[in-house]
Amino acid sequence: MTSLLENGTNGTGTTDDPVIVVLQLSGGNDYMNTVVPYNDPLYRDYRPTVNVGEEDVLVLDDEIGLHPTMGPIQDMYKDGNVAIIHGVGYENSPRSHFRSMDIWHTCEPDKLGTEGWLGRVVRELDPDKENVVTAVSMGPALFRALVAPNVPVATVENIDSYGLLTDITPQEKLDRVLGRYQRMYSPAIGTGPVMDYLGQTGLDALKGAEILNVAPEKYSSTVEYADSSIGKKLKGIAQVHLAGLGSRVFYADHGSFDTHADQLSLHHKLWSQVSQAIRDFFDDLEEHNAADNVVMFLFSEFGRRVYDNGSGTDHGAGGVCIAIGKGVKGGMYGQYPSTKAQDLDQGDLVPDLDFRSVYTSLVEDWLGLDPVPIVGGNFENPGFIEK
Amino acid sequence: MTDQNIALMAHLMRRAGFGASREELERRVELGYEATVDELLNPGDQDAVDIYEFLRYYPLWWKPGTMGGLGHAPWVWRMINTKAPLQEKLCLFYHQLFATGVAKVDHYDEIEDMIESFREMGLGKYKDLLMAVAQSPAMIYWLDNHENHADSVNENWGRELLELFTMGVGNYTETDVRECSRAFTGWTLKHKLPRFHMGRWDWDYEFRADDHDYGEKTFLGHTGNFDGEEVIDIILSKPATAAFLARHLYSFFVADEHQVPAWSVTPPNDPEAVQFIADALIASDYHIGTVLKKIFNSDFFKDSTFKRVKNPAEVVIGTLRLVEDAERPVPETMSWASQIGFMGQELLNPPSVEGWHSGIEWINSGTLMKRTNFTAEMISDISRPGVVKIIDRIKSSGSDPEAVVDACLDVMGPLEIPNESRGELLDHARKLGEFDWEDDRPGQGGATKVTEILQLVVSLREYQFA
Repeated sequence: MTSLLENGTNGTGTTDDPVIVVLQLSGGNDYMNTVVPYNDPLYRDYRPTVNVGEEDVLVLDDEIGLHPTMGPIQDMYKDGNVAIIHGVGYENSPRSHFRSMDIWHTCEPDKLGTEGWLGRVVRELDPDKENVVTAVSMGPALFRALVAPNVPVATVENIDSYGLLTDITPQEKLDRVLGRYQRMYSPAIGTGPVMDYLGQTGLDALKGAEILNVAPEKYSSTVEYADSSIGKKLKGIAQVHLAGLGSRVFYADHGSFDTHADQLSLHHKLWSQVSQAIRDFFDDLEEHNAADNVVMFLFSEFGRRVYDNGSGTDHGAGGVCIAIGKGVKGGMYGQYPSTKAQDLDQGDLVPDLDFRSVYTSLVEDWLGLDPVPIVGGNFENPGFIEK
Repeated sequence: MTDQNIALMAHLMRRAGFGASREELERRVELGYEATVDELLNPGDQDAVDIYEFLRYYPLWWKPGTMGGLGHAPWVWRMINTKAPLQEKLCLFYHQLFATGVAKVDHYDEIEDMIESFREMGLGKYKDLLMAVAQSPAMIYWLDNHENHADSVNENWGRELLELFTMGVGNYTETDVRECSRAFTGWTLKHKLPRFHMGRWDWDYEFRADDHDYGEKTFLGHTGNFDGEEVIDIILSKPATAAFLARHLYSFFVADEHQVPAWSVTPPNDPEAVQFIADALIASDYHIGTVLKKIFNSDFFKDSTFKRVKNPAEVVIGTLRLVEDAERPVPETMSWASQIGFMGQELLNPPSVEGWHSGIEWINSGTLMKRTNFTAEMISDISRPGVVKIIDRIKSSGSDPEAVVDACLDVMGPLEIPNESRGELLDHARKLGEFDWEDDRPGQGGATKVTEILQLVVSLREYQFA
């Protein structure tokens, strides 16, 4: 605990170091109904049923508008704090959730990756593992993007009841048991990677709980988050950020965006929840004057098929990424992929910006790290971060 | 010294069931290993649980028109109390494989009906199971086959049938996905009644000939006017299917494997064992009971003790079967069921059709915390009859700290742990002082001290393995 000040905490509640919040839209978010090419006549030809009405689109410019539930994002766009990055993906999309999400998480489109790109980011940010809460993942399970050998990530499902053996009383006995726990989990030489991982995880759990327990205690805000699972996760992230614990990478997801059927109502509900949660999150940070060093990044494993199937849309290829925050140079990046029939690949939009380009901007311009080893190569930087 | 017969029987019962008390292990050792395997594989016609007992407490869990809100608790109660543990273990296996969730289906009864078909058919032929799943209303809705029409194909079910349920990535083309999907057009849901004030009505499968594509299809090199059943027959005739299913059986029953998405590019850890299982599948025409018998009686199975990280259901159910007093359908059943979800495996609601990543990926700082907190709380609750029995056994080892530690490790497994870990437990026990079994002052006597040791035992890294 005494090491907190050494981890860049300035003692006033936040740090100035750049923070990234990744919001994963799991299941394959439909690009065309999120960022809508509302003036493209082909759009309505392809989407006789599953479309956003022209009069409902939240207009961004002459060609492109947002889904009607995305008002808060439109507002931030007008303020110059939202970058919309078009046509993102990679070649030969497998159109499998499984594989596609793995590729986004590991930056390995051609073989199976073992390390997550954000795991590598965390390793660079905190090479000596001084702070077990450098990365905080919200949700019951750890995302592959954050997995890297010997990189601790606090996986927090409920920040209010986070702790080890909290049932044991009195305190004296708990201290005695936890002291022994710490010894039992300390690495034994030569027991192999699985036991090492377990040992490290146990120690990280112990230490992470000690640190994170202060976050809800210190938190107070007038912002009431809209009731949704993503609202709860972003509130938890705000609590940790505002406690000034030196956390730099946050991760949460929402879904399922796998709208093969009944897409109009499902997509509407999901984007209402996401937009409201994002609004509440940034309002909360603004209230505490702690928004300037936070960039939020939204992605999905793939976009969906151009033609609707009468009720939903099937798995596609090219998708859209969105970056939000004061550190973002607002506007559109890249081109909306051509919707002409001859330009589609198996009925899907062809991505013309590699997802590792998008990561490159975040890693290089926002986090100030060398992107090449993290994303696995040199990729054109679309430049959506303010310099 | 650990009794090797007890240790082997404990291994079998952890894998083919959810663990067993020491009394049960002793009884089964008397019966013999192979006879126990046979008993597990032939649960007979007796009711594995008394479902009317459950209905006495929750009468509205009566179909059709079930009152919602119980979620997966009835299944959890059944796993705790079943007399046919392998049957329920297989339900868990198939649920992981045919992962179907309420997040989309929004109808617990229908997914429970799918689990019921696993219960009834799980030890039989895989083809029958695939047919049942293809016609399961929950699966049809989950993978949108009700939107798969003769004139507009929806590929969701067709793709996952190949990718996740039978062959794995790399063994078929995009054209095969398309043709496979066409063969299942018209396999749909009967018109659904609207939801009523207390819940939903049952859904039913229906084949609609007028919406089925009877045209010629070319699938995996075969050409004909195939329907879904013929497509399944073709799939099962391919060695890739046996290899893929063998690897699933291996990773669930024998030892942790790479995660499923790696299988198309990473060979099995034990190729001979997986080949043995694949051969057994082909030789038995995919009769799962026959194959499991071969697995449980094989040397590679008997040598695989503690080679798997327990999944959360095994953690919770195994603990409750051990501490006992979880037999009645009490309200706590609901919170025990939730615990499994908190540990990362919300039953009847997997994160996606790909199911859960397993093995070491069950463990992160959050889930390790949940596992440890739950088991430690349960094993120290001396109001539970199973805990009393455990303490009574440990008592018979005397008051010497070393004997007590070894007795704890024996009765909780028997567990095999490295000397360093045993040394820590021993040091802890010695510092607690002599175990005075006559002293029953709260927080003082031998029983209280021993629960502290038991809490440390279940907190061990080694305790995460089965």
